[in-house]
Amino acid sequence: MAKIKNLFLIFTVFIFSSASLMAKTELTVYTAVEAEDLKKYAATFNEDHPDIEINWVRDSTGIITAKLLAEKDNPQADIIWGLAGTSAMLMKSEGMFEPYAPKGLDQLDPKFRDSANPPSWTGMDAWVAAVCVNTIEAEKYGLPMPGSWEDLTNSVYEGHVAMPNPNSSGTGFLDVSSWLQIFGEDGGWDYMDRLHKNISHYTHSGSKPCKQAASGEVPIGVSFAFRGARSKEAGAPIEIIVPAEGVGWEMEATAIIKGTSNLEAAKTLADWSISRKAMEMYNDAYAVVGMPGVAKPVKHFPEGLLEAMIKNDFEYAAKNRKDILAEWQRRYDSKSEPKS
Amino acid sequence: MDQYLSVKNVVKYFGKFQALNNINFDVNEGEFVCILGPSGCGKTTLLRVIAGLESQSEGTIQQNNNDISLLPPDQRDFGIVFQSYALFPNLTVKDNISFGLKTRKQNRNEIDSRVDELLKLVGLSDHINKYSAQLSGGEQQRVALARALAPSPGLLLLDEPLSALDAKVRQHLRLEIKNLQKQLGVTTIMVTHDQEEALTMADRIILMNNGVIEQEGSPQDIYSKPTTAFSANFIGTTNLFKAKKISSNSIEIHGSVLECNDNINDDVSTVTIRPEDIKISNSGEDKNILSGTIKELEFLGSNIRGHIEVNFDSDKAIVLCNIASEYIQNNNIQTNASINISLQPHAIKIVKD
Amino acid sequence: MKKSRDDYLTLFFISIIGFYILISLAFPMYAILSKSFENKDGEFIGLENYQSYFENSSLVYSIYNSLFVSIVTMVITISLAFVFAYALTKSRMAGKGVFRSIAMIPILVPSLLSGISLIYLFGKQGIFRELLMGYEIYGPIGIIIAEVFYTFPHALLIIVTALSIGDARLYEAAKVLRSKSIRTFFTVTLPSAKYGVISAAFVVFTLVITDFGIPKVIGGNYNVLAVDVYKQVIGQQNFEMGAVVSMVLVFPALIAFAVDRIVQRKQVAILTSRSVVHEPNESKTFDRIMFGYCSLISALILTILGMCLYASLVTFWPYNLTLSLKNYQFDLMDGGGWDSYYNSIRMASYTAVFGTIAVFAGAYFVEKARSLKTGRSILHLLSMMPMAIPGLVLGLAYIFFFNHPDNPLNFLYGTMAILVICTITHFYTVSHLTALTSLKQIDNEFEHVSSSLKQPFYKTFFRVTVPISLPAIFEIGIYFFVNAMTTVSAVVFLYSSKTTLASVAVLNMDDAGDIAPAAAMGMMIFYTNAAVRIVYVLITKKILVRFQNWRVKTT
Repeated sequence: MAKIKNLFLIFTVFIFSSASLMAKTELTVYTAVEAEDLKKYAATFNEDHPDIEINWVRDSTGIITAKLLAEKDNPQADIIWGLAGTSAMLMKSEGMFEPYAPKGLDQLDPKFRDSANPPSWTGMDAWVAAVCVNTIEAEKYGLPMPGSWEDLTNSVYEGHVAMPNPNSSGTGFLDVSSWLQIFGEDGGWDYMDRLHKNISHYTHSGSKPCKQAASGEVPIGVSFAFRGARSKEAGAPIEIIVPAEGVGWEMEATAIIKGTSNLEAAKTLADWSISRKAMEMYNDAYAVVGMPGVAKPVKHFPEGLLEAMIKNDFEYAAKNRKDILAEWQRRYDSKSEPKS
Repeated sequence: MDQYLSVKNVVKYFGKFQALNNINFDVNEGEFVCILGPSGCGKTTLLRVIAGLESQSEGTIQQNNNDISLLPPDQRDFGIVFQSYALFPNLTVKDNISFGLKTRKQNRNEIDSRVDELLKLVGLSDHINKYSAQLSGGEQQRVALARALAPSPGLLLLDEPLSALDAKVRQHLRLEIKNLQKQLGVTTIMVTHDQEEALTMADRIILMNNGVIEQEGSPQDIYSKPTTAFSANFIGTTNLFKAKKISSNSIEIHGSVLECNDNINDDVSTVTIRPEDIKISNSGEDKNILSGTIKELEFLGSNIRGHIEVNFDSDKAIVLCNIASEYIQNNNIQTNASINISLQPHAIKIVKD
Repeated sequence: MKKSRDDYLTLFFISIIGFYILISLAFPMYAILSKSFENKDGEFIGLENYQSYFENSSLVYSIYNSLFVSIVTMVITISLAFVFAYALTKSRMAGKGVFRSIAMIPILVPSLLSGISLIYLFGKQGIFRELLMGYEIYGPIGIIIAEVFYTFPHALLIIVTALSIGDARLYEAAKVLRSKSIRTFFTVTLPSAKYGVISAAFVVFTLVITDFGIPKVIGGNYNVLAVDVYKQVIGQQNFEMGAVVSMVLVFPALIAFAVDRIVQRKQVAILTSRSVVHEPNESKTFDRIMFGYCSLISALILTILGMCLYASLVTFWPYNLTLSLKNYQFDLMDGGGWDSYYNSIRMASYTAVFGTIAVFAGAYFVEKARSLKTGRSILHLLSMMPMAIPGLVLGLAYIFFFNHPDNPLNFLYGTMAILVICTITHFYTVSHLTALTSLKQIDNEFEHVSSSLKQPFYKTFFRVTVPISLPAIFEIGIYFFVNAMTTVSAVVFLYSSKTTLASVAVLNMDDAGDIAPAAAMGMMIFYTNAAVRIVYVLITKKILVRFQNWRVKTT
């Protein structure tokens, strides 16, 4: 009998010990920031606030968004730091944020904050769409260097282009929403119909097309500039193209989750996230940051990228996100569907 | 002798199937009772009900004047031995035997001496540290017996304990168990389908068929005074005939009128005649003489069993009859020979259907 | 009859285990089923979700795709595994042990690792891409090849068992009658292995149709049901539709499960009625052909594994082939870094320990308890249910059930405990059956003897039943451990930042395009599982010899 009792004791202890006992304040932070940067973000933050420990939950934008929505009634996250602005707008409309005006809010470019007062979210930086082309593979297949979005619909590229699935990838969604803005609703879908013919496959992650281009798995990857720059730095034979029609972009945002049990620590992080030190840190990878006058040029970034950024209507994107995704899903989700 | 166990009106259903139908019997203290019957007769179910491994649907069981009908097995007082030995294979002979002794707060020395005592009793003192896989079947069953006896139970239940053993070992163990039981005086109930086993071991046999007790009595009584056709047929070999009452001391079988010493009550009845009670008759002094032809001779050892086609008055019928081998040899009797037999009046017994 | 203390204890434990299965399976399944009839606001809307599902042609097309790859994989795997099993059981070729071990390798790795390997073998930069003659590896071809690799050992195990029970007397009879070996094969071998083959076929079918890792990695744009569940939930945030697709996915899995159970019962009937084991005759030509065949299959399996090993060590495929451990720097990647690996080991260990305890105790009460016949039948029925539920569906059901704010067990959400619970439940049935088989071989009279000796059942349990069953107990523990290391589907919706897992990291790294690190993490899982297996073999050899010397007949 004693043995059985012991087993139960162990089991109980095991269950409860898993539900963590906290020594210093732990913040559960949901993010879509590139995995390789998370350690740096946490370390830089901890230089100023060593008493707050960050627990990252990282995934693609769509997945983190889905996770947050799923947990709406029972939130696991304390704060989001580095999630697409359109997702933040969507969650704001679901009433999931604790409005808060972080210290230094007035230093921020007005585009990089929720217009309400106090704002529900604040912006950090922006990432910009770009096309990664593997020069070795392009030469092998005899592909000319594309110069515009329109070029990518040329039949010479058939089966040689990868792009992210907007359902899971924030980059994929910004591509789609930018095309709908650049070409207009009808023109946008018409463009995607034609592009679809050349797409080899849709990836779940926004960085994957560029990583695949870097490893020669596909010659051309529709991705974002920062990813291309990183791969180039790692020695990949790629060229980063800025399409002539202009490129979509998306900001990354910080917002406190309503009902967090660590409100003070979350506020501390929200404050820090728009500090000058944070902005300089973002600038290592992002050419555009929320505080005007901080950004310096980023290594390997293509020329003319900032100028090519379209005037992005985030309201439109956030409001129509669901419909756009449903329509996209209907049109392109299965390339293997019968052509008839 | 005191009555030790009393089974009253026990009924057991498995779903709609009635396995036991109103079973009543008593067992005296120190008695060795065999429950005998063909497979499926309910004997094992009865034993399991007594052990508490099955619960009866109706009826009561009293042990030592206590009603144990509703007690779970671990609150009843019995030891049990199964056909499969059920020795714990990962425990030594010693640990098997002492398995039931440990919770009784006996100290090591007491337990050790009890184990030694039991091993001596079953003659396996040399095997104390062996595992069951290293013992023969007979040795394993002896260990199982020692294990069941270790806590000195008031009642010993044996469930076909010898059925898995070779013929020789079986015969040997029969005597051993019987002697052991006498020596210890432990009240014992054994279930078996082997009539020879029951006849040689039991003080009393309870014969079962189709969930009911057919007959109960000493081995001699069961054999020589069967009360039912089933008893007569199941124990040993017999001839069964339909008979009509002619007078208070004569009956008619297949048209032949025969003298009979048994009490004839009903107009129509069944009679049994054991083959060994039939006499080869050459003299006119014998009664109930019939003529017949030997159809087959079956060698049984000291006897030869003749299958004799007997010419009854209205028709012919096969009668089994034991003939001494010597007689067959001396008279050079072969099949198809004619022979006269006597169905002696005292050998004709009237039984229930 | 009065209840003894044993009876109360039995009732207590049966209730605990039964309640565990209710909470970890039945309630969540009810939650997901009712979710599929609700709209976003939790209002009941009847079949509306189902209607919109069947109106969406691309989703419905996934049903066709799922059936297609599952059936094709089933046919290929069963054919390949049958010949392999035939060689192992009916030939006298050399190296049977080695072939068998190699054939078991796929069990030790996450299913999606084979997909990753195929990218390196047949992708755009693959070393054997010409072999595909212009066809794409991304899509049904890749899915099918990878699924065959993944399901091969599962089918092989079942068919080997079925073939080994073929009655030698029949073979002797056939030989005496001078039947040609081909005829013997069709009249004796095939019929006796029939149920095994059918059972294996349905197991393969279920594994493929519910597998999510492989189509995710190598499926390209070829959508299947399991990936749809993932995409609906993760991509579209459409939990209700995820629940609907889950129900659609459960349907074929349930049918396959039912057929398998019926067939298994017949198989068991054959098993018990026959006893004479067939010893194959020597035939040099036949043995050589079989040896060649098994070498070929083994070479293919080793190629797939070897490619992953190589890819994980290459610095920058395909442009910098120098070897380095750069891809093992998981902390710079998605998926949670090295912590994921250690989490997986913890999770697998907990699963092995607590899973084995729960399963073995449960099986013990089902098989050996004296009282509570109804309770035991219910427990057995409950224990069989997990097998019918795909892991992905179970995981999603856990979100609905455990993350509900009114659920008192809510605190489990996001912890290691919920991963352990989900994994134990997902792999419960197979372990339960293993435990039952082992317990059935133990004489039922043991319990009766000990109750006649006035010993509580747990004394018999710990002193007799457990020691006798040690080999089976270890086997169950290893099964839990290995599967907990490799499973993706059961846990992909349930891990949290503190409980990231190695197998999910493989998925996430692949998702992010870091496929070399994904291969590296997959190899870490392989090394761990292989090491655990080897240690297990060594330990059991030592321990079993020492503590189980009673098995040896010395006289």
